[in-house]
Amino acid sequence: MSGFNVIGKPWPKVDALPKCTGETRYADDLHFPRMLYAKILRSPHAHARIRRIDVSRAQAVPGVHVVLTGRDLPTRFGILPVSQDEEALCVEKVRFVGDPVAAVAAVDEWTAEEALRLIEVEYEPLPALLTMEQALAESSVRIHEYGDGPNIHKLVSLEFGEVAEGFAQADYVREDIFFYAGSTHLPLEQHAAVAHYGPDGRLTLWSSTQTPHYVHRALAKVLGLPPHRIRVIAMPVGGGFGGKSDPFSHEIVVAKLALLTGRPVKITLTREEVFYVHRGRHPVLLWIKTGVRRDGTITAMHVRSFLDGGAYGSYGVATTYYTGALQTVTYKIPRYKFEGVRVFTNKPPCGPKRGHGTPQPRFALEVHLDKIAEDLGLDPIQMRRRQIVEAPSLTVNWLRISSCGLRACIDRVVEASGFREKFRRLPFGRGVGFACSAYLSGAGLPIYWNDMPHSGVQIKIDREGGVTVFCGSADIGQGSDSILAYIVAEILGILPEDVRVVTADTDLTPVDLGSYSSRVTVMAGNAAVEAAERLRRLLFRAAAERLDVPEDQLLARERRIFDQADPERGLDFAEAVQLAEARFGTLGAVGSYKPPKAPGRYKGAGVGPSPSYSYSACVAQVRVDPETGFVQVEKIWIAHDVGRAINPRLVEGQIHGSVYMGLGEALMEEHTFHSRLGVHTAPSMLDYKSPTPLEMPEVECFLIETEDPNGPFGAKEAGQGPLLPIPPAIANAVYDAIGVRIDEIPITPEKVLKGLEDKARGGSGRVGPTSIPSLTWPEPIRVEPPPEWRSSGDLT
Amino acid sequence: MLRLPPFRYYAPRSLEEALRILSDHGSQARIVAGGTDLYPKMKRRQIEPAVLVSVRRIPELAHLAGTGREGVTLGASLTLARVLAQDELVLAYPALARAFAMVAHPPVRSMGTVGGNLCVDTRCTYYDQTFFWREALGFCLKKDGTTCPVAPGGTRCWAVSSSDGAPVMIALGARLRLVGPRGERTIAAEEFYRDDGIRYLDKEPEEILVEVLLPPQEDWKSTYWKLRRRGSVDFPVLGVAVALRMESGWCREARIVLGAVGSCPKRIREAETLLEGNRLEPDVIAAVAHVVARSVRPLKNTDFLHLYRKKMASVFTQRALRELAGASLMDEASAC
Ligand SMILES: Cc1cc2nc3c(=O)[nH]c(=O)nc-3n(C[C@H](O)[C@H](O)[C@H](O)COP(=O)(O)OP(=O)(O)OC[C@H]3O[C@@H](n4cnc5c(N)ncnc54)[C@H](O)[C@@H]3O)c2cc1C
Ligand code: SF4
Repeated sequence: MSGFNVIGKPWPKVDALPKCTGETRYADDLHFPRMLYAKILRSPHAHARIRRIDVSRAQAVPGVHVVLTGRDLPTRFGILPVSQDEEALCVEKVRFVGDPVAAVAAVDEWTAEEALRLIEVEYEPLPALLTMEQALAESSVRIHEYGDGPNIHKLVSLEFGEVAEGFAQADYVREDIFFYAGSTHLPLEQHAAVAHYGPDGRLTLWSSTQTPHYVHRALAKVLGLPPHRIRVIAMPVGGGFGGKSDPFSHEIVVAKLALLTGRPVKITLTREEVFYVHRGRHPVLLWIKTGVRRDGTITAMHVRSFLDGGAYGSYGVATTYYTGALQTVTYKIPRYKFEGVRVFTNKPPCGPKRGHGTPQPRFALEVHLDKIAEDLGLDPIQMRRRQIVEAPSLTVNWLRISSCGLRACIDRVVEASGFREKFRRLPFGRGVGFACSAYLSGAGLPIYWNDMPHSGVQIKIDREGGVTVFCGSADIGQGSDSILAYIVAEILGILPEDVRVVTADTDLTPVDLGSYSSRVTVMAGNAAVEAAERLRRLLFRAAAERLDVPEDQLLARERRIFDQADPERGLDFAEAVQLAEARFGTLGAVGSYKPPKAPGRYKGAGVGPSPSYSYSACVAQVRVDPETGFVQVEKIWIAHDVGRAINPRLVEGQIHGSVYMGLGEALMEEHTFHSRLGVHTAPSMLDYKSPTPLEMPEVECFLIETEDPNGPFGAKEAGQGPLLPIPPAIANAVYDAIGVRIDEIPITPEKVLKGLEDKARGGSGRVGPTSIPSLTWPEPIRVEPPPEWRSSGDLT
Repeated sequence: MLRLPPFRYYAPRSLEEALRILSDHGSQARIVAGGTDLYPKMKRRQIEPAVLVSVRRIPELAHLAGTGREGVTLGASLTLARVLAQDELVLAYPALARAFAMVAHPPVRSMGTVGGNLCVDTRCTYYDQTFFWREALGFCLKKDGTTCPVAPGGTRCWAVSSSDGAPVMIALGARLRLVGPRGERTIAAEEFYRDDGIRYLDKEPEEILVEVLLPPQEDWKSTYWKLRRRGSVDFPVLGVAVALRMESGWCREARIVLGAVGSCPKRIREAETLLEGNRLEPDVIAAVAHVVARSVRPLKNTDFLHLYRKKMASVFTQRALRELAGASLMDEASAC
């Protein structure tokens, strides 16, 4: 956009150089004098009662300072106020292989490890519930005492409009069942934390976390310290993807160890421990039923999702809702019913992974629609394109769509990929597939109920014109620090390099809720806009007086403030700053952001609302080897409606990363466990299969700009949405290539061959789940749809 | 992070010195070359030697001489990357070049050696895990335990021979020169391996593999096909090494060796006999592939379903033979 100086240009990230030269210090790079090292003893049992722990031998090892057990940290915590079910170290029970049981602080890791081996724990094994079916059937064995039923963490049932009526109006109704395997984030950086308790009675925790504010709250709660005596600093994070958004046992443990020893204490998880800490993608079994008219127009949809939650709550209540909430924001769905259940099992806890609860239903929905289009002889693109949501509008479940560039996204990828010439026309073994998706730009509600802003920004300015931006947001590699710098630089008319960004330090920076739900660019960005505009107003007022030009005629750019009508007439930025400081005293400004109030008023309406929704459309082209079953993705065309690309290079980076992660989930990533003992079968980067650069296809990106009214400069999210269409586009392409439906992610070579063999024997060739557990669903909460949907029954 | 256990490290400069240190420390000692196999296993406490004897400074092991026409001597401590940089060698022994080029990923090939590759430990899902993991699942026969979860009730270990180099060396008819406290011996590569997941090498612990002698290649054609989930990093879960001596379209001599489907590389003599005296016609190829798949019995202790690996033994054998018959298999290269 020509109107901008900074926005829309491919500036380097503000932290690019230190990262490239290796100077960036991650949590594990911190070293302090007298530092101790901590290690955590973990449960070898999937489910067991702790009868006795004897730490005396461990304590006696020379070099060991403290040994902790659950009794030292009995207060429960958890990210959501409704699921405070974790203990920093298990007190009475362990619930999965890898659950933390005891911890040691010692002079080095060798000593700490040796001490761990000397801790004697007597367990009374309990039956391990390793599948959802087992957990639902075995109601006499309880993993937790709370929830919506035996081993049921959460049960949801919502109905928007009369779905029965909608199905009655349909010409065609189709049901499908899909399974989406669990996977993990696999950040390159393993979680690390360092704690120090100073003689001033203050505790500092440096951690690789996406959510310093929530860690701050959890530490205060579990340690029983007043929050003002705790400081949490999020270090640059070497990849998060949702895996570092909970408060973690190891963070609390090092903090406690620092309190007890008065020495800095560090912990770095091993790669294996990262697999146990997990919080990754929930395995989801999903049943979907859709009624359509002959032309493909949707009349009703009913979705049931079963989430295998693992051993703890984490974000699971939100995840459960997310498997149902966003189906409505792509295509017009006039009546919608959602039932969801999250089941506790004795496996590492699942949580938010990039796309949080939405890739699973998106996979189901987009493959399901592809099948419907084929059943009815419709063009799959046209069928979708005809019923895209309007903007502005409210969906049937009361989500407000403020902008939607999906149509443009579809057109770009369909044209660029030559989809129409290729679809159902390529030779056997080669195929193209299509899918769309949408994602939220930040959760509309905070994790704990409060009326305060979700993000705050403070700006300080020095007399030479240097600007420092303070914000609680945590840069996890996505570039949120850079976004703050670009936005402030744009508004003040300076360059990104003039801006210093100080973030994610609970002592220094105003609260930002954290780097999750794709919220930072929109929320911290809006807060930065507000703060920078306030500051600019002061500068303009001072400059206007000096230049004798009306304030509203001034412009700030290229480190100057000048008269638009007569650009020669102006001041250097630094000069304006000095004038303003002389005039108003010390300069500074704050800004904050709170999302618009969500229009929905029903129980469960808190999950799904967002200031805006991003949209993506994708075409995947694949080659399937019918003898080996290997699927090779040759190319991905993807268009993403990002509202506005504050920095197109960063947006493309997010898209490439999303394609990569979606590719891994589609083809190979899968969390697997020993069927009886619940031991993770592949907790290493060698055995857990994630694609290498060689599997990565060529990616052609298109950025669609819709200038959303709620975004800073119109921006929406880019970090998660582009992942969502990848698995279904690949699945649809595999079908196009070999005529076999793999309704189960990942699409492994074994499954492809199984499908082909079935087809050769005269079967349908479909591979995937065929039933869902029987479960008595509660009466749905019936929600009256927004007025515009109420008449849709008369559409006939 | 996982820490290496403490150990003493020796870097002798001669074979004699190395042998002396090895015999001084007996079963406490272990040979190390690039360490790419050994160190990760030490971190996971699968192997816990108190003494390591590096062979990388011993001049005899860094030997590299000869040509495809007269045969080649490869010192055991040459890195895979070094071997792959020898254009002449790559051309003369295409199967070997393919196998080495598909070992792990570039950093491992820069450190990992020929000798280490041929002596690489057997692998198993239940064994290549940390101490904590093995304790949680229950230790197995190969280390610290008394049972085998892969074949419960049995008394042997079925860990998988996972070297890409081994089946190729056998197919090429390579010979290995070993030096030990009781002197020197040169054996056929085939004799070096034992069908036992624990004692998988026919070698005394103190014996040092000094060099590999590759025979002249003359009329031999060779290739190697490898099954793994990803195009890099992964160990083989099936390797098909084929070497054929061809005379104007007729196969005079054949060696077909399957890797990573058992505890040692396996020569499929029945399949070789089927080929010998025949042209590489489609029906011959199909029959050979059938025999190969029938002869291997992969178990459930690697990546991929074991029955899938068995099926792929046939597919990969066909592809290897078709390639040697001159077909262009660019389209199928993806699964390799
Ligand atoms: C991530 C990863 C992926 C891998 N993928 C593959 C793969 O795809 N294919 C594959 O074949 N291998 C693979 N490897 C295994 C290994 O790295 C290679 O085989 C490598 O060539 C081993 O050589 P090295 O010198 O590092 O062996 P080392 O680790 O030094 O030694 C391996 C074994 O050989 C013994 N040894 C070494 N040299 C001698 C000698 N001269 N005489 C007697 N004994 C000796 C050692 O005592 C030890 O038991 C992989 C390893 C890793 C970590
Ligand atoms: S085959 Fe059995 S004994 Fe051998 S390593 Fe595997 S589990 Fe252990």
